[in-house]
Amino acid sequence: MKTQNKSLFQKELVLEALKQSVIKLNPKSLIKNPIMFTVEIGTAVMLAVCIWILTGEQSQGSFAYNFVIFIVLLFTLLFANFAEAIAEARGKAQADSLRKTREETPAKKIEPVGEIYLDEVIVVPSSTLVKGDVFLCEEGDIIPTDGEIIEGIATIDESAITGESAPVIRESGGDKSSVTGGTKVLSDRIKVRVTTEPGESFLDKMIALVEGASRQKTPNEIALTILLAGFTLIFIIVCVTLKPFADFSKAPITIAAFIALFVCLIPTTIGGLLSAIGIAGMDRALRANVITKSGKAVETAGDIDVLLLDKTGTITIGNRKATHFYPADGVDEKTFIEAAVISSLLDETPEGKSIIELAGVDPKFRAKDSVFIKFTAETRSSGADVAGRRIRKGASDSIKNLVEKAGNPFPKMIQDKVAEVAGNGGTPLVVSENEKVLGVIELQDIIKTGIQERFERLRKMGVKTVMVTGDNPLTARFIAEKAGVDDFIAEAKPEDKMNYIKEEQMRGKLVAMMGDGTNDAPALAQADVGVAMNSGTQAAKEAGNMVDLDNDPTKLIEIVEIGKQLLMTRGTLTTFSIANDVAKYFAIIPALFITAIPALQGLNIMNLHSPESAILSAVIFNAVVIPFLIPLALKGVAYKPIGASALLRRNLLIYGLGGVIVPFIGIKLIDVVVALFI
Amino acid sequence: MNTEILGIIIVFVLTVALAIPLGKYIARVYRGEKTITDVIFNPIEKILFRFCGINPAEEMGWKQHLKVLLTINFVWFLLSMFVLMCQGWLPLNPDNNPGMTADLAFNTAISFVVNCNLQHYSGETGLSYFGQLFLMFLQFVSAATGLAAAAILFNALKERTTEKLGNFYVYFLKSLTRILLPLSIIVATLLAFNGTPMTFEGKQKMVTLQGESVDVSTGTVAAFTAIKHIGTNGGGFFGANSAHPLENPNYFTNMVELAAQMIVPFAMIFALGFYLNRKKLSLMIFGVMTVGFLLLAVPTVMAEMNANPALTRMGIDTSMGATEGKEVRFGAAASGFWSIATTVISTGSVNSMHDSAMPISGLMQLLAMMVNCFYGGCGVGLLNFYIFIILSVFISGLMVGRTPEFLGKKIEAREMKIAMVIALLHTLLILSGTALSTALPELGASTLNNPGFHGFSEILYEFTSSSANNGSGYEGLGDNNPWWNITTGVVLLLSRFLPIIGPIAIAGILASKKHVPESAGTLKTDTSTFGLMVFAVIFIIAALSFFPALALGPIAEYFSLA
Repeated sequence: MKTQNKSLFQKELVLEALKQSVIKLNPKSLIKNPIMFTVEIGTAVMLAVCIWILTGEQSQGSFAYNFVIFIVLLFTLLFANFAEAIAEARGKAQADSLRKTREETPAKKIEPVGEIYLDEVIVVPSSTLVKGDVFLCEEGDIIPTDGEIIEGIATIDESAITGESAPVIRESGGDKSSVTGGTKVLSDRIKVRVTTEPGESFLDKMIALVEGASRQKTPNEIALTILLAGFTLIFIIVCVTLKPFADFSKAPITIAAFIALFVCLIPTTIGGLLSAIGIAGMDRALRANVITKSGKAVETAGDIDVLLLDKTGTITIGNRKATHFYPADGVDEKTFIEAAVISSLLDETPEGKSIIELAGVDPKFRAKDSVFIKFTAETRSSGADVAGRRIRKGASDSIKNLVEKAGNPFPKMIQDKVAEVAGNGGTPLVVSENEKVLGVIELQDIIKTGIQERFERLRKMGVKTVMVTGDNPLTARFIAEKAGVDDFIAEAKPEDKMNYIKEEQMRGKLVAMMGDGTNDAPALAQADVGVAMNSGTQAAKEAGNMVDLDNDPTKLIEIVEIGKQLLMTRGTLTTFSIANDVAKYFAIIPALFITAIPALQGLNIMNLHSPESAILSAVIFNAVVIPFLIPLALKGVAYKPIGASALLRRNLLIYGLGGVIVPFIGIKLIDVVVALFI
Repeated sequence: MNTEILGIIIVFVLTVALAIPLGKYIARVYRGEKTITDVIFNPIEKILFRFCGINPAEEMGWKQHLKVLLTINFVWFLLSMFVLMCQGWLPLNPDNNPGMTADLAFNTAISFVVNCNLQHYSGETGLSYFGQLFLMFLQFVSAATGLAAAAILFNALKERTTEKLGNFYVYFLKSLTRILLPLSIIVATLLAFNGTPMTFEGKQKMVTLQGESVDVSTGTVAAFTAIKHIGTNGGGFFGANSAHPLENPNYFTNMVELAAQMIVPFAMIFALGFYLNRKKLSLMIFGVMTVGFLLLAVPTVMAEMNANPALTRMGIDTSMGATEGKEVRFGAAASGFWSIATTVISTGSVNSMHDSAMPISGLMQLLAMMVNCFYGGCGVGLLNFYIFIILSVFISGLMVGRTPEFLGKKIEAREMKIAMVIALLHTLLILSGTALSTALPELGASTLNNPGFHGFSEILYEFTSSSANNGSGYEGLGDNNPWWNITTGVVLLLSRFLPIIGPIAIAGILASKKHVPESAGTLKTDTSTFGLMVFAVIFIIAALSFFPALALGPIAEYFSLA
């Protein structure tokens, strides 16, 4: 999905949107947008005026002039409808391609038969599956609906949903047990229990959201609608009262001029683009492979103050790795490395594997007769017994304990080395042979490249980053500083996350977190924005309000930016729309009165050709500015993390000052062209 | 430099310099901290509270505050109707002035209760001394109402979450005793020493240079004039207001009165900063207001000093500036400056006839009242400005991609609804009132002295002045008849109380919301960038919606004259 729809306007989408923009002229659907609805009333009045003139009325100017105004107003409506339609069409196109993958998927439903529960497999259409049903999936099957694996393990191709071609492994139990409808089983066989009702699976939700069917206005959108309705009301008052004013001043105004003034003054630009901006916001989230459960969640993401990130996989690459061997004084380095390798050969932990990797030994090499000693909570060390050699490796205090019990010294040099490694954020492992210290292995976390820049960007956005880790505070502090996070929770237990979130929320902060495990679910639900990994458990996905299909923990940064972009696009276009009024006033007001009050020529600072051309130019500008801004509405205003005040200054300059100047130029240019025809 | 211009600069700078310590003092008063006036007023206030059965420690929610505020004002309205209609047989009436008609009493009572003082009568013949004293008292009450409302706002803006916003009676009484009374005493003393009368005796006989004998009205002028300015009321003792030689005898009193009307609105802005410990916020507000004020005042002073081009073309010496309707003892610059000060700050007292001002000045005076929040009236100026802050915070919050918040409180649909209604109200009242009067010529237009653009300006001015609770008049309008008395009376009521109720409601709702501490992503509201935003919002909403009306009035007049 990431690769398709690169161009904003694909031919088939545009055709569909064109059709829709005519259908949307229906007053019943237009009344949801009060601003454009008033424009529609104005358009209808102009149509009536045109007919009136055809019946012989003389006072309203020529038929051609009135008819052109009518046409321009009609196009204003069509442009606004088109903006909404194209945003919807883009979403719908994605939804359709998703829908194709799941239509008529046969499901191998398992029916318990008789008292001895001999399972019988029957093939049913996927749409008949209900919550609690169990189905079977084998190699090559498309998974019919969302569910949880209750038996088996399988590799699954999730590219239909995520666009990621590398297959993933899903197995019963644990945190990677959930499967998504529409994905394909590549190998093995699994039994899956259905976790959603028909029509409520992720795919269904996704389709409904992008099609705008279940799109509700967000609180912020409602507040903005109130502001815009207020502006519309002010200009209704201005236009209605202008009638007696003009009559009193013996400067009668034609109906066309009234309606032109009104339509130009009300914020049609933002009114026409508002719903397109909202739809495009969710669409952008989807393009980032994030499914949001509501538009509100996207907006809230823009307000996030605190971001909780797991260390492993987000800030550091996977697990820590061995980086250095430090032999003790008087111990041959080779001997030490050999011992370290022997102790790790049968150690399946990532740390153990990395030791072998660092030593450069073939991982398949096996020492003869070696007995692996497993790590236990009691000994807090592991190792191997080979031909009378008792090799152990573990945390320094456990080895120290072991060594000193046997009456051997724990060298000061080792003690210093251990402290040095820990101070550098590493984890020291001490290796001993027959209760004598051989040396120290240094394990280090590898911080992802580029992560510091990302955190810097977040800090500039005003988002505080918090690293969550099971490490001890010393190590945690080192990594936190190195990666550039603002705070950390060390030796974290699941409830620590929850408490941290609650504490921040008590102070009025909005908290976002990412999680995948079932034990993350309460914290995901508690967080204002909870992003669950698609690979995570069903419980985690239910608890969060977004699902990241890529399972990419740094995705939150993009989500925050999408949220901010959404609000910014609304704000800047509102400012632009209202700032345009200055120039429109200077075009229309002199045009209204110049015939009766020639002195007002002084207000015609743009030196427009004639009253008719001035009014026409203003309405034409008002109409064409909408399609010009559609790409901006769909793409969103670029967000730059330069601090709120600097951002305001920048946007005020571009959209505020620009909004004042652009129409002066635009109206003048249109007037030059229009004057050729009058 | 021209001494006329130097004079107004000195007054302005001195007023600002005095307003800062006064603001600090006001903040202490409302915070209930120790002040130098405690010695005198603490015992008096204690007795008053005990006598009225009020517990000053009891805190009120915003709804309760408004209930008390409206009740107090309603009681005073009824009482003043009674006094004005019955003053003929009430005591202290040495000149035997008759009682007012019902519609005039209605208009007068309302206009004094709402701090507007649109006077459709002349004090010399229209009021007894008892009536004058009662109106003087109302000037205290109405100013204190505005100040107390601002005090509620101060309290609500504090950083915390609460329903309780202090006690209205305490704010109200302290505004009277600690702020208005001491300042009025100082100003009244300065005026009395410069020749403003202060007596209960009736008209004085005087023989003029020509040997004619005339009756000169006097009265408790010094006291009345002091609170008229300190409380930004503007109701003159005499019909000619501060252009009258006994109400404003010389250049010095002119400057004292000018400073007196500006000082409390200035000080309230600084008081906000001291009260909340956010001095930068005060500076931002004061900066925006001052820029707006100067943009109105400078062209006015220039237009008045340059005189009428039509006269200059006729070869008449106009080196004194436009002198029509002005007092020679004040001059063109000070008169022009006053006309903007009095319209920007809802005082509405005049020291020259605005009807005679140049078209540009008329435009600026109208704009000053249409904006109605550059400084603004006692307390209410800040309330009006608060509405524009809310709107600006909302738009600029969106522009930086963050749910809008002001001083740690999120602004949502409900607050936007209220703010938008209040912002709409002013436009609605002015334009619909003017529209009705022009559409019904037998009621409105027939009372005009001037035809054409200027006549239109007169009608527009009357409604703008009413809706801004300003009270100055373009005069030239036969305004003492039922049409003007009742329509402007209704406008006055709506435009006074709704703009108090609205901001207090918003502040109250916000105060009860969860407080969000500032973070790096929070948009700072005490910066010049945000100030620019507020200015732009005010300009777009308050100025642009009147553009067509202004084009048919003073703008058309200006272009016709040039």
